[in-house]
Amino acid sequence: MRTADVVVIGGGIHGCSTALHLALRGLRPILVEKDYAGRHASGVNAGGVRQLARDLAEIPLSIASMGLWERMEELVGDDCGFESHGTVLVAENESELANFRARVEDLRLRGFSHEELIDRAELKRLVPAVADHCPGGVVSRRDGAADPFRTTQAFRRRAIEKGAEVLEGVAVTGLAKVGANWRVETSAGAIEAPKVVNAAGAWADRIAKMLGEPVPLTVVAPMLMVTSRVAPFIQPVVILRGRKLSFKQLGNGTVVIGGGHLATPHRDRNETVLDWDKLAISVRTVWELFPAMRAATIVRAWAGIEAYMSDGIPVVGPSSTSEGVYHQFGFSTHGFQLGPGTGAMMAELVATGSTNTPIDGLGIERFR
Amino acid sequence: MFKRLAEACAPVAITVDGKRVGCRAGDTVAAALIAAGIAHCRTAPVSGAPRAPYCLMGVCFECLVTVDGTGSRQGCLVPVRDGMTVETQVGRREAGR
Amino acid sequence: MTNASDLASSYDLVVIGGGPAGLAAAALAARAGLSTVLFDENPGVGGQIYRAITFSPVKDRTILGEDYWAGADLAAEAAASGALIVTGATVWSLDPARLVGVSIAGQARLIRAGRVIIATGALERPVPVPGWTLPGVMSAGGAQTVLKAQGLVPSGRTVMAGGGPLLWLLAAQILRAGGKLDAILDTTPRSNWLRALAHLPDFLLSPYFSKGVKLLREVRAKVRVIRVDRLEAVGDDRLREVVFGTGDGERRLAADLLLLHQGVVPNVNLAIAAGIAHAWNERQLCFEPVLDGDFNSSVPGIAVAGDGAGIAGGTAAAERGRIAAIAAVRALRPAASVPDVQIMRRKLRREEMGRAFLDWLNRPAGPFRQPTGDTIVCRCEEVTARQVRDTADMGCEGPNQMKAFLRCGMGPCQGRLCGLTVTELIAAQRGTTPAEVGYYRLRPPVKPITLAELASLPIAEAERKAVER
Repeated sequence: MRTADVVVIGGGIHGCSTALHLALRGLRPILVEKDYAGRHASGVNAGGVRQLARDLAEIPLSIASMGLWERMEELVGDDCGFESHGTVLVAENESELANFRARVEDLRLRGFSHEELIDRAELKRLVPAVADHCPGGVVSRRDGAADPFRTTQAFRRRAIEKGAEVLEGVAVTGLAKVGANWRVETSAGAIEAPKVVNAAGAWADRIAKMLGEPVPLTVVAPMLMVTSRVAPFIQPVVILRGRKLSFKQLGNGTVVIGGGHLATPHRDRNETVLDWDKLAISVRTVWELFPAMRAATIVRAWAGIEAYMSDGIPVVGPSSTSEGVYHQFGFSTHGFQLGPGTGAMMAELVATGSTNTPIDGLGIERFR
Repeated sequence: MFKRLAEACAPVAITVDGKRVGCRAGDTVAAALIAAGIAHCRTAPVSGAPRAPYCLMGVCFECLVTVDGTGSRQGCLVPVRDGMTVETQVGRREAGR
Repeated sequence: MTNASDLASSYDLVVIGGGPAGLAAAALAARAGLSTVLFDENPGVGGQIYRAITFSPVKDRTILGEDYWAGADLAAEAAASGALIVTGATVWSLDPARLVGVSIAGQARLIRAGRVIIATGALERPVPVPGWTLPGVMSAGGAQTVLKAQGLVPSGRTVMAGGGPLLWLLAAQILRAGGKLDAILDTTPRSNWLRALAHLPDFLLSPYFSKGVKLLREVRAKVRVIRVDRLEAVGDDRLREVVFGTGDGERRLAADLLLLHQGVVPNVNLAIAAGIAHAWNERQLCFEPVLDGDFNSSVPGIAVAGDGAGIAGGTAAAERGRIAAIAAVRALRPAASVPDVQIMRRKLRREEMGRAFLDWLNRPAGPFRQPTGDTIVCRCEEVTARQVRDTADMGCEGPNQMKAFLRCGMGPCQGRLCGLTVTELIAAQRGTTPAEVGYYRLRPPVKPITLAELASLPIAEAERKAVER
């Protein structure tokens, strides 16, 4: 019988970050991952390290996480390819800009200053290649992008160095309370620990169900495309609100186009089927916004398997039914940037029973 | 390096990096470059090393050239046309071409 | 000339690839009454073996040989069958629901298929020797393509290196055409004979035997053949000389053109991207699709015929195409009359006799499949053998993780020229087998498409309605 201080279920960025931070606090976690760390959403997303345009409930975690991103080399021994040139949310018309203005003002009233409204001139200065018809937008200057697989692997590696055990190719099959401990059944035997963290991504609803707290989780497969190398022409990450688009050029010159159009996932086969009609919509959006991209070639398209909650925000916090169990899933296609900070917060919560980072509104009890 | 068998084919003229290159109907751009003895058609994006067509059947992607302004075209799959402009790809493609 | 707008939105049968398997399949299915379209990305049908069969400028039939000209019948049969044959058409996507993404002249379409036959054939195995990325180094198949399609023949200091039937055939064709060939460097180890011997009887009875013997004699009479165990292409910005090792030490030959070849392997990219299961073939040292007796794959409604189903040659390919087409007809139009499939199966068996001997005899040697040091493995991203081996040593267990660490396989060729090498290197470095290690995970688009092409997809109803709202 294996024992641990904490069993972390799921080896995405959230599971690996939590495992590292638990180990940094002197605890001995065992992380159980059914494929390999970063195999799914965490390893194949667009890499956006974004504070901009988040739900209010996520903002404290996002700010805490941003501080860690800026010290990534120190934290995991690898800068993970993080480059910060800001995220720009482009307004395509005056009505959108007015909505953005209201949002930025609301954030300021609440004490958050990371989003700045920008006018046409500043937009053109930040994103020279953007189409002329865009009247302005919002910028979050600390934002940037990193290499998602490299980041997840870096957390995994550092967690192991600090004393975590990582089991890959091992699936959790059951969960039951045995005295003061939790007995986690896996395909490679059972593990007992007083604490469990459910960071199982698109499969986390199954863990929640085992605990008697079913959640409205939909498995989604957001699609991405990447182009061949193009001479550098854009620095910040660009996103749109009205239409689905996220757009960034990596250091190696390739351009990643995302935004959330969905493929069809088959989560039990680790497969997704791409929807080319929807990818064509993404492409037409890029076409209208960045005329310079019109002859770019798409070299690869793919989709990761991710969990989307019915209200679009994650489930973070203690279980509502099971003492000693904590949830950290459902990041609804925007969990990557939150990984470092949420892991730190979760380790604090698990180790001490409380956390200084506000996570109100993210608890699982909201679904009861 | 290569010579043409004495078979008659209609002559075609294209420009390669601004210079007129004579070729034949039925040539692909890659074949026309090879026939004209043009040593390389692009440089590798990481090291800048010169590269030339390798497989001539559309699987190696070494023959990438800019044809009539559109970059990253596989030269071995593009039949030549009178007046076609071909540019060799030096490093990364310029955005918008 | 068929345009994208001429295509129907669906066909009973979509055949991808216009080589012998595709042509034979399309012809049979169309004659049996299926609405059939064949897509090939080249300017004319024929695939590789019958490249340019409808327009080759090489009119002297003795140069290419009668085996080549036999392809003209296949092309004519398909053209007359009622199938829509579309050249210049690149298929960039195929999904398990049999939706085919195809581009013609910069316009993309999504076509539904009742059944699909993938007939994308084979490609040459990579020959990763030091200097193989230099201008002046080409694949032998590439030289054969420009001979067949453009009547171009080597005229300078030319060396061929490697092994396998195509190498010898091309050598003969070059010489017949009056081209130059200074030497053939044979990289197949003598020890291959030991394993091949067990299959000699079948080979002696097969059509390959007498053809092969004649060809070898023809070539050896005119070109010196040197057995080598090491090979390097040397030059600064282009090939200047070929350095090689024999039992007696190292020699050098000045050269303008080095033609490399060590066999062909199935072109698996479209099939893998479509979700078709593949398995490692230890005899032929490559991955091939897992198929039933009718060439149906693990994805319902999608078959793989021709060399893409496993290397067996052009004549076998046509029979496989016909067998797969008969299965498609039976599935969609059970009442239609089709030829007796047993005829095809008998011809196929005859063609497959003798392959075992050839496969073992020509099996490429380990050092030419598993390079070391600074030899480039991934040409697109310039990843070296040392980098791949070191990363495997550091714990990277498979090519997909390797992709994320080194970018090998992430370039435009989508692993076509590095996939087998990377899999074999990981297996060698980690003391396991290619079957265990697996291959790159591949996704569409299997050929790059421009944003313009994708944007040209007809606007789907859902999007039109969204905009109207």
